[in-house]
Amino acid sequence: MALVALHEVSLAYGDQPVLVDVSLAVERGRILTVVGPNGAGKSSLLKVALGLVPADRGRVERGAAVVGYVPQRLTVERTLPLSVRRFLDMAVPGRVSPAALEAVLDRVRAGHVLARQVADLSGGELQRVMMARALLRRPDLLVLDEPVGGVDMVGQAELYDLIAGVAREQGAGVLMVSHDLHVVMAATDEVMCLNRHVCCAGHPESVSRHPEYLALFGPRVAESLAVYTHDHDHVHLADGTVDGHGHGRGCRHG
Amino acid sequence: MVTDADAAMDEFLVLALAAGLGLALVAAPFGCFVVWRRMAYFGDTLAHAALLGVVVGVAGGIDVTLGVAAVCLAVAALLASVRQGRSLASDTVLGIVAHGALAMGLVALALMETVQVNLMGWLFGDILAVGWGDVAMIWLGGGVMVGLLAMVWRPLVAMTVDEDLARVEGHAVARARLVLMLLVALVVAAAMKIVGILLVTSLLVIPAAAARRFARTPEQMAVAAAVAGAMAVGGGLWGSWRFDTPSGPSIVVAAVALFALSQAMPGRR
Repeated sequence: MALVALHEVSLAYGDQPVLVDVSLAVERGRILTVVGPNGAGKSSLLKVALGLVPADRGRVERGAAVVGYVPQRLTVERTLPLSVRRFLDMAVPGRVSPAALEAVLDRVRAGHVLARQVADLSGGELQRVMMARALLRRPDLLVLDEPVGGVDMVGQAELYDLIAGVAREQGAGVLMVSHDLHVVMAATDEVMCLNRHVCCAGHPESVSRHPEYLALFGPRVAESLAVYTHDHDHVHLADGTVDGHGHGRGCRHG
Repeated sequence: MVTDADAAMDEFLVLALAAGLGLALVAAPFGCFVVWRRMAYFGDTLAHAALLGVVVGVAGGIDVTLGVAAVCLAVAALLASVRQGRSLASDTVLGIVAHGALAMGLVALALMETVQVNLMGWLFGDILAVGWGDVAMIWLGGGVMVGLLAMVWRPLVAMTVDEDLARVEGHAVARARLVLMLLVALVVAAAMKIVGILLVTSLLVIPAAAARRFARTPEQMAVAAAVAGAMAVGGGLWGSWRFDTPSGPSIVVAAVALFALSQAMPGRR
């Protein structure tokens, strides 16, 4: 059974359609990234998948026992005194050992914030702490709504590496919304291009050549992506050699 | 030599102090949630509706506090169900219910020609009129209410941070919210006799606001709010006795003074 599966799900706010016949499935160890313009229904799709918003039509199945969620935005009222330590501790029933808290913050490179108040964190720090909180739950399924928003460039790459690691090593499924098209194309197993309906979905390279995708993001963005994905269908090993280069459909050499 | 008048005065003060301190302790944790979750107007709405409860109590020939509690609970349940709809902003809904209920209460009072009701007493409270029964109810009932709050404390704090996150993590968010709203309704009903309809919310909001700067966890803030509330009750009753001022407003003035002092003091940040 998939960790989460949507079958022809439709959703409308009033008479405004938000999602039209959207289907998807996230399997164990796989990363599905949803891209699309503003107002395409990406966040709503995640909320339907999480069961936070009931679908008007269609079926939602959740096989995941434990879900880790990173919302697009988190605003902690300044009136609420809440340390990062406490915020993390709330993620799971019972107490979390100080060592486990330190370890998870190290994984997201935010080891220094444990004693700070959540309301005092910068946008990037809060994003890392929210990721740490989701990881602390040892999730079967990670649902991430623009998980690197507000994080600096180096940090973004690190966080995407971390997400990929969680999928590969811990076998978690990842359902993620992202605006960082470049990184998405390189780090995901499957891309879904959403504009209320599913424009196209599949392997990153095939999606990046799909006419609807090109129409949505424009040829300039799409072209730079095509080059990028071509460059990165192989892996650079530590000694500089290239490993695992499969000649995919988009590969124009050799 | 102790005269009868002195002894009566002493008992008045002891009763007032026992009732006021109990209420301050009970109101503190609820006041924190009122501040965190921006429920001040919700509290005000319940307080305004409480006048209707007075009418229900007097007209129905039952205990007035019981009538107030019943009406406050009914209004809280009504507001909890309306929140799901969301076709109007919540403060608009609260505005309609608050002032609609207050106006209805005043009109109904005027229609009850045969019954004399001390309107000023209900609007501004009359702590010197509480009896031992009231004190027992505040401490026992209040203890039960704080116990119930403790049972939903974890989900309530989680949903105060973020409601979606709390739901994903399996907290019974809707139940916790309903429990909080009903308990706040009961706190308002209990506080009304002491500080009155127009000042009830202040007993929830001001001690919690004064406590904020001295707390680094939600629980610390609840304890600090209890201390601030108790100091306000003590100071207010002393001032009321010393300067012969109305007790309810005196307690609120003391609370405001404490809040101002807390803002001037160095906090824990």
